[in-house]
Amino acid sequence: MATGTEPRAVAAGGVHHSSRAAIPERHLRRDRWWLAPAATAAGLLAFVVYSTWRAFAGDHYYAAPYVSPFYSPCLAENCVPMKGGADWGVVGAWWGLSPALLVLIFPLGFRLTCYYYRKAYYRGFWAAPAACAVPEPHARYTGETRFPLILQNIHRYFFYFAVIVAGILTYDTALGFRNADGEWGHMGLGTLVLLANIALIWAYTLSCHSCRHIVGGRLRNFSRHPVRYRLWGWVSRLNARHMQLAWASLISVAVADFYVYLIASGAFDDPRFF
Amino acid sequence: MTQVGRQSWDVVVVGAGGAGLRAAVEARERGLRVAVICKSLFGKAHTVMAEGGIAACMGNVNSKDNWKVHFRDTLRGGKFLNNWRMAELHAQEAPDRVWELETWGAVFDRTDRGMISQRNFGGHEYPRLAHVGDRTGLELIRTLQQKIVSLQQEDHKETGDYEARLKVFQECTVTRVLKDGDRVSGVFGYERESGRFFAIEAPSVVLATGGIGKSFKVTSNSWEYTGDGHALALLAGARLVNMEFVQFHPTGMVWPPSVKGILVTESVRGDGGVLRNSDGKRFMFDYIPDVFREKYADTEAEADRWYEDPDHNRRPPELLPRDEVARAINAEVKAGRGTPHGGVFLDVSTRMPAEAIKRKLPSMHHQFKELADVDITAEPMEVGPTCHYVMGGVEVAPDTAEAVGVPGLFAAGEVAGGLHGSNRLGGNSLSDLLVFGRRAGLYAAEYAASFGAGDRPAVSDADVELAEAEALRPFGAEGAEGAEQDPAQGPENPYAVHQELQQSMNDLVGIIRREPEMTEALRRLDGLRARARRAGVEGHRQFNPGWHLALDLRNMLLVSECVARAALERTESRGGHTRDDHPQMDREWRRINLVCRLVENTAGGAAAADPALGRIRLERQDMPPMRPDLLALFEKEELVKYLTDEELTS
Amino acid sequence: MTYQGRFKVWRGDAEGGGLVDYEVDVHEGEVVLDIVHRIQATTAPDLAVRWNCKAGKCGSCSAEINGRPRLMCMTRMSVFDPAETITVTPMRAFPVLRDLVTDVSYNYTKAREVPSFVPPPGVKAGEYRMMQEDVNRVQEFRKCIECFLCQNTCHVVRDHEENKQVFAGPRFLMRIAELDMHPLDAAEETGTDRKRGAREEHGLGYCNITKCCTEVCPEHIRITDNALIPLKERVVDRSYDPLVWLGNRIGRRSR
Repeated sequence: MATGTEPRAVAAGGVHHSSRAAIPERHLRRDRWWLAPAATAAGLLAFVVYSTWRAFAGDHYYAAPYVSPFYSPCLAENCVPMKGGADWGVVGAWWGLSPALLVLIFPLGFRLTCYYYRKAYYRGFWAAPAACAVPEPHARYTGETRFPLILQNIHRYFFYFAVIVAGILTYDTALGFRNADGEWGHMGLGTLVLLANIALIWAYTLSCHSCRHIVGGRLRNFSRHPVRYRLWGWVSRLNARHMQLAWASLISVAVADFYVYLIASGAFDDPRFF
Repeated sequence: MTQVGRQSWDVVVVGAGGAGLRAAVEARERGLRVAVICKSLFGKAHTVMAEGGIAACMGNVNSKDNWKVHFRDTLRGGKFLNNWRMAELHAQEAPDRVWELETWGAVFDRTDRGMISQRNFGGHEYPRLAHVGDRTGLELIRTLQQKIVSLQQEDHKETGDYEARLKVFQECTVTRVLKDGDRVSGVFGYERESGRFFAIEAPSVVLATGGIGKSFKVTSNSWEYTGDGHALALLAGARLVNMEFVQFHPTGMVWPPSVKGILVTESVRGDGGVLRNSDGKRFMFDYIPDVFREKYADTEAEADRWYEDPDHNRRPPELLPRDEVARAINAEVKAGRGTPHGGVFLDVSTRMPAEAIKRKLPSMHHQFKELADVDITAEPMEVGPTCHYVMGGVEVAPDTAEAVGVPGLFAAGEVAGGLHGSNRLGGNSLSDLLVFGRRAGLYAAEYAASFGAGDRPAVSDADVELAEAEALRPFGAEGAEGAEQDPAQGPENPYAVHQELQQSMNDLVGIIRREPEMTEALRRLDGLRARARRAGVEGHRQFNPGWHLALDLRNMLLVSECVARAALERTESRGGHTRDDHPQMDREWRRINLVCRLVENTAGGAAAADPALGRIRLERQDMPPMRPDLLALFEKEELVKYLTDEELTS
Repeated sequence: MTYQGRFKVWRGDAEGGGLVDYEVDVHEGEVVLDIVHRIQATTAPDLAVRWNCKAGKCGSCSAEINGRPRLMCMTRMSVFDPAETITVTPMRAFPVLRDLVTDVSYNYTKAREVPSFVPPPGVKAGEYRMMQEDVNRVQEFRKCIECFLCQNTCHVVRDHEENKQVFAGPRFLMRIAELDMHPLDAAEETGTDRKRGAREEHGLGYCNITKCCTEVCPEHIRITDNALIPLKERVVDRSYDPLVWLGNRIGRRSR
């Protein structure tokens, strides 16, 4: 007697598997389901193109008192001198490529393993799936159980590094309150650009799912840890906007870099307020 | 003859709602092999619809609460028609049943000190309802479902088979309780999915099938509520008690038609919602009965002050008991002061800021937004009475839940009668399921265990064949004699018969009842019974809803006749039974239970009886006098309202 | 406000079938399930469909409407253009039984494989104490009505039948998260490691957090953000994070 609890024999296949309702179409969605993944892919691609150009360029990244977030901290000997900035030549002189490449690994790794960006590029680039109830084009699927995608689990390390990087960018932003001669108490449009950027970077970094877990999510009894419970509450509220913050901070970091580029290349003059 | 699968279990539980699952858990924990049969998927039973909570006098919020107070509240709510022994057991055992749910993983809302939170509800003197937001029923069903799974995991560890001692036959319908002489021997039914028949041999059968709401047009009940257990019990020779008492909830949705009857929770009024007619008048002030005058405000000003200061003002009349409010709405609509869609307005939008509404009534806001496209923060709701619950049911022994007169048949939950008397208090149904579900499981297990291997009641092939023929009839349905000449006598569409039944019960045996209308209802039921016998279906037996409905019609017609006959007989108004022609409560009637039984009780009787003749006979039965120590819980002044002078002096 | 609506409903069984056209009256305020019922009551009495409460509380009437997994009782006709032809099919991740009814036994099988709640030893019934802030997370997950739309839409099993063996699906990974976050669950004390189980036995690693489960959830449970990702992080705690390990060594135990 069937009870509805005995599983059927299994064979390979998705929605066209022999046991399923015989519907020739792979999916029957009629809305513009492709719009979101296409837009995501386009946005990410644009950033990749821009950042590749800027990261490899190795110039026009410092215009006192501003440093591009792509190039901070600047860890090679070939960095331009930054007045009081994070130009620590710890790597030495042998490094001949753009110094951005040394440090960009960390924010890149943070974003690459971020739970939101994973969704974005799995959907946008890998179509796994492109949209809900739209079949993916791959014959097999093992998710994040194997190399290399099992490495997504190291997101938390990148979070720790991202906090350090955000700290350094905060320092850079503070330096933005100087003038080109290094005197304090000044401000220009660039200061505002860096401020907006760092605010978004922090919001994005702190809204991270790993952060949410570390500050409190891993606890079983919130009532015994009132402070961490409160922190968890704040992070949770930020976390609800993780996607928006991911995009906003991605755009802001590119804008900040481009702003520095414009000034450093002389294409634009930073309006000074005082 | 088609093949019939046969199996043997110790206890069969029909129904997988709160009562059925609780009974199954109990019987399995007593070491017996238990089969649960349910019409839907496992975990979808109607219990999920319960919102308010489980009434149990744990005293977590007000420590003055105890079982005696709960007992008193229950009897007052039921207008003293309750089976007092059931009410006593219910009040005493409910807290243990709730606490035990926690050990199975239930997560109730908490008090500040980490205990189970309890909320106020109509008719309960203290905050008493354990709850989880407004989805308590879902929590209850899921907890029991997961408890069943955990027992199955134990069995799997021990035997390698999850279903060795506890198996859920989902999407199966039982059409007959089988007997060997006087005793129950098993059940016969079909799998909805495949249409295959099965017979399960078991000395104990627990009915936990819920209510009868699908016999009415406007109801908060789901399709499953076709009175299966009531009818199975009747057909097996058991009796139904108190069937005239049907609870109509005053506020169900009336628009759009597709959701007509869906519940609008009582808390809408508790939080400040008011009822208005199409003239914009708060009409409830015109409907305060004399007995309640002292306790309810007679001006809008005073009523409005009550929400802030309940100690120095009287309650608004919108918070009168369910039966009073339902009757008032009904009267307004009949007097032509209803809304365009035949209800009245229930308004919170002018009473509370939008934010407060969304915070206090999230699911109502969601329900109206999603289903009716009405924003209750900006416009009033339209509401009207909806059939909600049947107080009547199988007459059982209060301690064991065994059906009177049928050894081996047990009943628990809405399908059992007695506990709620003439009117059920909110919150008392979930506790009923747990208390009497457990008792039914316990005594069903004891009874089944009393048999040796060889002396169990046996299922006879003849009974199985009869039951099979009955279930197959809709496929061979032919018109009445002479159908060739008159197409009106041809096979009937079961959906059409069902719709007419619902309309008749709604119009003629609904919330307000009159003798001529009920006589007319009985006449129509005769006609429908004849037509239901000709209900025919197309297609095959695999998941065929038309066939399922054709079979359910038998049950709905039986219980509808019980309701109509009992309602016609009881010439007074009490709780869930309101007679326009006998508007007063009569103390003499309190001593009387109306009991229904099937006229002819042979295995094939259902088919043989003349369809034009009623199938149900009524008997009057005296209420057993209440034990003196329970009687002593009440003040004399209160008792004189309900008990006859003779009862009071003896 | 009544109009003739055009519908395509999938009819058939495991042997085969196809979309059948129906023209049905549509009245104001109706939902897709009403239309299916009208088709049943008028032209196709044997049209198979599951449903119960008709109020979005039982999770029985799951199907796919215009290709999107939805509850039929919670999909209002007013969201469609009257001229539009509406397609209703059964859920496409599960074996079809008949018409709109599918065999959802996969879900019941997986439910049985999740180790149950373990009551804390020595705590009697009636003595359970839990604070509201400790049960909020668990209560969100317990809102689940088991409509199985998340299981149906999850590409891990929808597009790869073979993964059904190794992947419990969002609903039951959420159940593991629920139990792991339950303030009184004593599984760990009795030797059941839910975190390890999530990874090794229930296939948490297959989830690539593309959030379709959250998108289709009629109860608006944030399955991915609040259950699956936290569960993934808990697995990281177990297997990959030295700082947490160090913290546990030095500081007090965080339970």
